[in-house]
Amino acid sequence: MATASVYSSPGFDFSNQIRNNFLAEKGLPLPKATSTGTTIVGCLFEGGIILGADTRATEGPIVADKNCEKIHYITESIRCCGAGTAADTEFVTNLISSNMEMHALTHGRKPRVVTAMTMLKQYLFRYQGHVGAALVLGGVDSTGPNLFTIHPHGSTDKLPYVTMGSGSLAAMAVFESGWKTKMSREDALQLVKDAIAAGIFNDLGSGSNIDACIITPNHTEMLRNVEMPNERETKEKSYKFRRGTTEWKSESIRKLIVSEEITPIGGDAMDTS
Amino acid sequence: MPDMVSIGQPQQRQFNPYSENGGTILAIAGANFSVIAGDTRQSEGYNIQTRYAPKVFRLTDKAVLAVNGFAADGSMFVKKVKQRLEWYRHAHAKDMPLRAIARLIQTMLYSRRFFPYYVYNILGGIEEDGSGAVYSFDPVGSYERESCRAAGAAQSLVQPFLDNQIYFKNQRPPPGTSNPTHLPLHEVLSLVIDSFTSATERHIEVGDGLEIFVVLAKGSTTQGLENFANVQEMTQTREGERMFNIRRNLKRD
Amino acid sequence: MSIMQYNGGSVIAMVGKDCVAIASDLRLGNQALGISSNFQKIFSVTDRIYLGLPGLATDVTTLRELFRYRVNMYTIKEEREIQPETFAHLVSSTLYEHRFGPYFIEPVMAGLSKTPSGSFKPFIAATDLIGCLNFAKDFVVAGTASEKLYGVAEGLWESDLEPEDLFETISQTMLNAVDRDAYSGWGVVVHVITKDKVVTRTLKGRMD
Repeated sequence: MATASVYSSPGFDFSNQIRNNFLAEKGLPLPKATSTGTTIVGCLFEGGIILGADTRATEGPIVADKNCEKIHYITESIRCCGAGTAADTEFVTNLISSNMEMHALTHGRKPRVVTAMTMLKQYLFRYQGHVGAALVLGGVDSTGPNLFTIHPHGSTDKLPYVTMGSGSLAAMAVFESGWKTKMSREDALQLVKDAIAAGIFNDLGSGSNIDACIITPNHTEMLRNVEMPNERETKEKSYKFRRGTTEWKSESIRKLIVSEEITPIGGDAMDTS
Repeated sequence: MPDMVSIGQPQQRQFNPYSENGGTILAIAGANFSVIAGDTRQSEGYNIQTRYAPKVFRLTDKAVLAVNGFAADGSMFVKKVKQRLEWYRHAHAKDMPLRAIARLIQTMLYSRRFFPYYVYNILGGIEEDGSGAVYSFDPVGSYERESCRAAGAAQSLVQPFLDNQIYFKNQRPPPGTSNPTHLPLHEVLSLVIDSFTSATERHIEVGDGLEIFVVLAKGSTTQGLENFANVQEMTQTREGERMFNIRRNLKRD
Repeated sequence: MSIMQYNGGSVIAMVGKDCVAIASDLRLGNQALGISSNFQKIFSVTDRIYLGLPGLATDVTTLRELFRYRVNMYTIKEEREIQPETFAHLVSSTLYEHRFGPYFIEPVMAGLSKTPSGSFKPFIAATDLIGCLNFAKDFVVAGTASEKLYGVAEGLWESDLEPEDLFETISQTMLNAVDRDAYSGWGVVVHVITKDKVVTRTLKGRMD
């Protein structure tokens, strides 16, 4: 720690690498970072872009988060869906969001989707796929609606309807059979919902609720949990325990209320007048 | 030939005959009944192969077998067990008793010690003395009679919950009382259903449907069984053992 | 055997009615060999924030000191106590800084955050070893017994438990989960945080 600051130097810290490689050489495999099986989609319609995502986060076959947010904020009219290594999608979109804000401030106008796309792909390319983010980037700018996919190695596509993640085939099947040019907002939203639902129900890596985001030239509508088709039904019985069920050995109580007791010691109170 | 050099070089080919098809099974024995349950999802990787593939099978009027692991081995194994039980009926003009079925399953599994059936078996039913019983097996035939067992993908999620709720592990009984040794049927069924809905929430390979078999010993009442939805009576023996089937939907995501 | 299982240990946090609870086991092991039955993995960050650090024991100690340092620097610079939400992000970015040479820790946080009206709101969070945050409304788990904890907690937890009831639920969840895990156990400690006190209890559990 060179600087006595809460704000540490930018960039990654590789100081544990020597130790971790030593550990790996001794035969202890390094744990894989948690990655998310996901269904994320984006689709163009007459007048804007709709992004969609499921809300399940997994650690292997276990559901770690039943209702996480996969549509990340880039700017007011640019959003980004993330699949792949969960931490990477979170931090890469955060970083680019910050840089886009700076970009907007520097140039004094609304930034373009291609700018975000270029920033993301250059960043991901620099890390040669080790930053494991697979993204669907969408937004509306002065050039109109734009939709991209960005792969972990930095390659990009520009298409009118896209899907990514482990549920991408299920979702793409819906798009391929239902997408038309110049769709209405309602039809497009329904198509996005259907595509995500296909992922949720047919891909084990995806599940829980549907998030959607409708971006038009002068308004962005984030529809968090537009559809909740997987609420848990009430349990058959209550599992509340009788107090005293658990046996314990020792107890210590840390009081957070500062109590003050004033004990007058003899004589009259001090004359404070 | 595109690659003449490679000829004569040692080459290795492999084929993996096993796969893992997810799902979970569970059985609980009561004083005079036995409950055997399993979800009905069959999956491979992130794909659902079918939403209804039964994992729990009726063997005799008082024996039920649940199989979990590699589905192809599972269905073949059940088929072979049923065949051996049929032969037993022809030879002895009666159904094989539960503890004998358990030993049969052990020998059948161990006979394939070096090319095992990749399945975890749980056998539930009524013993000759009228008590509810559960036998659990490993893939090569090691087995044990116990009163509660979960196996399969969500075994590690369900088993500690059952330890707590069936065996009352880590629970101090109210002063002057002791924890019950056997639970009533309706309580057991509630626990089974909650176990599966919980496993469905947190394990991606569990879901779609739940199939529960209930075997009642002769002379016992239905014990609140009629209060559960979708109960169907399957068989009733002359002696009075009854078998019921309960189907429920689980989440499909 | 991965590094995450080298020393063993598990942590869980749960939300109750105007309270939160966090519990951990007390085992420190060297693979299957038990070394200590009093290895604390939960540390208090402020009066109302507790942090659990299951994972590689060397990193438990390192990160504990690193977070103490960073929280102290925050307190001095900002001249106010850190809030749980802010602390969660501090944990997250500290771990992500080590994205390509991580600490083998999956932190779990529990605390009460101050609302503008002056009341307290329950807060729990967990991250993976590279800092991906998971804010849950019910419970979060981590460590070698995490699968078992997920299963039991999903069965036992219900909403709006009073502090005393939450203590029973989190204790039972922890005890029964670690009893089925070879790398966790050897005693359990539970902290129940309410607006005016923190009750810490060590439980009577199996020592095998």
